[in-house]
Amino acid sequence: MANVIAAIAVLSILGALFGLVLAVASKVFEVKKDPREEEILSHLAGANCGGCGFPGCSGCAAAILAGTAPVTACAPAGPENAAAIAKIMGQEAPSGERKIAFVRCNGGTNAVKRFEYRGVHDCISATKVAAGPLECAFGCLGFGSCVQACQFGAMSIGPNGAAVVDPDKCTDCMACAHACPRHLITEVPVSKKVHVACANQDKGKAAMSVCSNSCIGCGLCQKECKKDAIHVVNGVAVIDYDKCVGCKLCTKVCPRDAILPVATAEEKEKYKAIKKAQAEKAAAAKAAAAKAADETAGTAQ
Amino acid sequence: MDQITNLLAIMLGAILANNFIFSQFLGICPFLGVSKKVDTAVGMGIAVTFVMGLASAVCYVVNQFVLIKFGLEYMQTVTFILVIASLVQFIEMFLQKSMPSLYTALGIYLPLITTNCAVLGVVLLNVQNSYGFIESVVYGITGGLGFLLAIVLFASIRERLVFADYPKAFEGFPIALVTAGLMALAFMGFSGLKVW
Repeated sequence: MANVIAAIAVLSILGALFGLVLAVASKVFEVKKDPREEEILSHLAGANCGGCGFPGCSGCAAAILAGTAPVTACAPAGPENAAAIAKIMGQEAPSGERKIAFVRCNGGTNAVKRFEYRGVHDCISATKVAAGPLECAFGCLGFGSCVQACQFGAMSIGPNGAAVVDPDKCTDCMACAHACPRHLITEVPVSKKVHVACANQDKGKAAMSVCSNSCIGCGLCQKECKKDAIHVVNGVAVIDYDKCVGCKLCTKVCPRDAILPVATAEEKEKYKAIKKAQAEKAAAAKAAAAKAADETAGTAQ
Repeated sequence: MDQITNLLAIMLGAILANNFIFSQFLGICPFLGVSKKVDTAVGMGIAVTFVMGLASAVCYVVNQFVLIKFGLEYMQTVTFILVIASLVQFIEMFLQKSMPSLYTALGIYLPLITTNCAVLGVVLLNVQNSYGFIESVVYGITGGLGFLLAIVLFASIRERLVFADYPKAFEGFPIALVTAGLMALAFMGFSGLKVW
């Protein structure tokens, strides 16, 4: 019994002694820390999951403070905490709109093939053989390097042979974008549904001959857009997602079906008819106005 | 003279023939974890050497004047862990204050010295070999130097391995483990070393 008591006593005294030394040392060697770091840390998820790419939550807090990480670096903490961190950092609250990956090609089987590639089933290997099996130098090869790269099962090769993203599964990690040798994958806001699914920068006939879904840079969409949200840049239409309201007028006028969601022939006909009627009405109104003007001029005389 | 010969034998044994990593396989965690860059490897090696030397000294005192005195030798392991944990905490504070760059370079591995089995190993071996105070401290420091030598050699190899052309399946840890195994084989050559 005395042995047990001695053991407990000795260990307790030793522990207390070391504790005392450490307590003194913590005062002597105290390092002044930025108090904001603690505050930021309190708004992080605290799970030390490492999803942000930093060693633990304290590492992430330090990186946010240093400005090397965005205030939204901690995804599990959610938008409220991101806003709180933004406030600590003296920034405006982030908009919080989730982004997803989007493949800017819908060619697939519609793209003209130059030869049948029968090598390693991988896009990078395919592009190494005579610059790839497609006539289109910009198109999706469909060998699924992005599917391989995706850790979340969000990428797949669509029914027409071009890669597609599952918006529910995509976490916007952009691993697919790095894997794509044609740099076809971009970030788009998840709420926007209208996208230009072509990256071909050739114009007119050159673009037309390689794929039946290619953007030829005709500019019809640009003229049709009421919000000034779509423009032809470097021979390919590009949507400004800040302005786009998703009215889908551009999809209905695109002669190449290069803008997703592709409008059906019916929808296109209907829109054409509406436009024709509007044009006729406008012409009639114009004629009537001209006639009225003539008459007033006549009476005045 | 005998004393000096004895100490030299301990040194040589700790650094080469009975290297903590390559022949006793203690402290493998930081050895693999902090050996990607030579700079951090040197920092880690010095920190471990420092802790091992200090732990040997403090643990010898605690063992000799507290544990043996009260007949509590069976408490060695738990007491030594207490001593080492406090020491590492102390060193962490010290480094953060006086050498912030080394502190950030060591990062998460500094607190991990607490659980570095090489440190606990050296103090337990001191007791097992019934070393005196000077012998203990020398064994601790040279054991740490052996660790430093091993981790720096390994880090230099790994720095070059980055540019080597090896199969994809070996990328990262597998090639590191293969390298460590080959180095351990090479160090086995020292076990035949008999100078005195």
